Amino acid sequence: MGILVFVEARDGQIRSTSLEAVSEARRLADAGSAGEVTAVVPGRGVQGADALGAYGADRAWTVDHELLARYQPESFVASVAAAAQKASPRALLFPASAMGRDLAPRVAAKLGAGLASDCTHLDWQGTALVATRPVYAGKAIQTVRLAGTPALASLRPRAFTATEHRAGAKAAVEPLAVTLDAGRARVRVTEIGASEGGRVDLTEAEVIVSGGRGLRGPEHFHLIEELAEALGGTVGASRAVVDAGWRPHAEQVGQTGKTVSPKLYVAIGISGAIQHLAGMSSARCIVAVNKDPEAPIFKIADYGIVGDAFEIVPALTEALKGLRVHS
Amino acid sequence: MKIAVCLKQVPSTDTRIKIAADGKRIDPAGVTFVTNPYDEFALEEAIRIKEAKGGEVVVFSAGGSGTVAALRNALAVGADSAVLLKTDADLDGLGAARLLAAELGGKGFDLILCGKQAVDDDAAQVGPMLAELLDLPCATVVVKLELGDGAAKATREIEGGVESLELPLPAVIAAQKGLNEPRYASLKGIMAAKKKPVEERAVEAPAPLAEVVSLALPPARQAGKIVGEGAAAVPELVRLLREEAKVI
Repeated sequence: MGILVFVEARDGQIRSTSLEAVSEARRLADAGSAGEVTAVVPGRGVQGADALGAYGADRAWTVDHELLARYQPESFVASVAAAAQKASPRALLFPASAMGRDLAPRVAAKLGAGLASDCTHLDWQGTALVATRPVYAGKAIQTVRLAGTPALASLRPRAFTATEHRAGAKAAVEPLAVTLDAGRARVRVTEIGASEGGRVDLTEAEVIVSGGRGLRGPEHFHLIEELAEALGGTVGASRAVVDAGWRPHAEQVGQTGKTVSPKLYVAIGISGAIQHLAGMSSARCIVAVNKDPEAPIFKIADYGIVGDAFEIVPALTEALKGLRVHS
Repeated sequence: MKIAVCLKQVPSTDTRIKIAADGKRIDPAGVTFVTNPYDEFALEEAIRIKEAKGGEVVVFSAGGSGTVAALRNALAVGADSAVLLKTDADLDGLGAARLLAAELGGKGFDLILCGKQAVDDDAAQVGPMLAELLDLPCATVVVKLELGDGAAKATREIEGGVESLELPLPAVIAAQKGLNEPRYASLKGIMAAKKKPVEERAVEAPAPLAEVVSLALPPARQAGKIVGEGAAAVPELVRLLREEAKVI
């Protein structure tokens, strides 16, 4: 019974996407009278597992081991599967982070359980977990009913809110005994390289400024970077400019790139091919700057400016910098 | 090197989705079906490895009879043979992984390549599930792969960066865009593919544990307003973002 949540830490710190998952587990447990919320926290020297109580975890099971210092699939699978065997939960939630997206399918296969990936909403239908999830990069929305227990779901970053259901509450922290075997740990992380500037990933960014063909060449992307900087945002790109080699693939927004849900999405010189629109149309506010008043991007943008990006973007960057100075 | 590539046929990415009358699937009328783009990176990588080190590339897919087109295309690009696990049933990730695992297990593949996800259901499940079912090491979202003696070095994308991994072979690798630049089939390749074997075998699909109960279009976004033209519109845009949208 109850709901189990995989909580991810990096460098000993619990990540915000996991707080979203714990908060949703609490909401689901209350909505479905599903019982207690247990967090399983594999890692090495992870800090602050007790603070998960504020987000609604009744207890946190820590698995502390050298093999868990970095992501190691076999050892993480063993830890989460051991927790699932002990808790026999009705549902097992993961953040759909890079780690969660690698781990959840392996755990599902090990447990012989159904998994709904990258969900944006969860609910109960009787005792069955029902998941809402975007498919075709957001061109359609699928509802999936999970049979059997546990029902597994991974939660799209930023689709759920980290809520302090019980401000100040502490989760009961207990070590979970799991036997981990170095001989079974076949995948070894040798290095973790941060991208330039250590910016927030597109999937977790609150603000994204994306550039397209309208920038006319990679040498003009500094305009996008400066605007992103002024907004405290992350740089994105259209498929056209990624395929042309102007920008790295990690920056591509849309189908065959990343699906994003920022608070603010600014599209500069992007006409709005269907693949691009699919990946960003769940942004809360969309701003478009484009020369062509008929560009499809204006059909979904909340605010548009028609005109030359080379004139508008520097003016916008300056105006935003001014704002920061004044406030 | 004996390499398996798992691929799926999907609607091309420029498809405008319409929902079928049953409210659970897309309406396939007028839809162009293609090989899942991420699986093309997997296939290209397999063929490059074969060209560099010798060996054999076998492609596998689970799906309806129309999937043969994707398998033929893989043969035209350079795969040696193809196997279709034929079923018209709806497969969830675990169902597809179980069918493929039953087929691939014990066949002595050194490397199993697939795309990181299919661009239709966006589930990103089959690669790592296959690895778990076959008890193999796995790397997902791989943008760089180097094969050494009985081991591989892989680079995978994570939030805000990359991870470098080492893993022993046999292994499962799920390809991300950026791994390589897939080639097109040549006329010679297309002709040669006609002589290559495609084995079709009907299979019993496992009942899905994750069952699709409905498919719908997302709520339409209202078109907003054109604030103005040129740099003169910037102050008004900033005001709207602050006071109306409250996002800055």
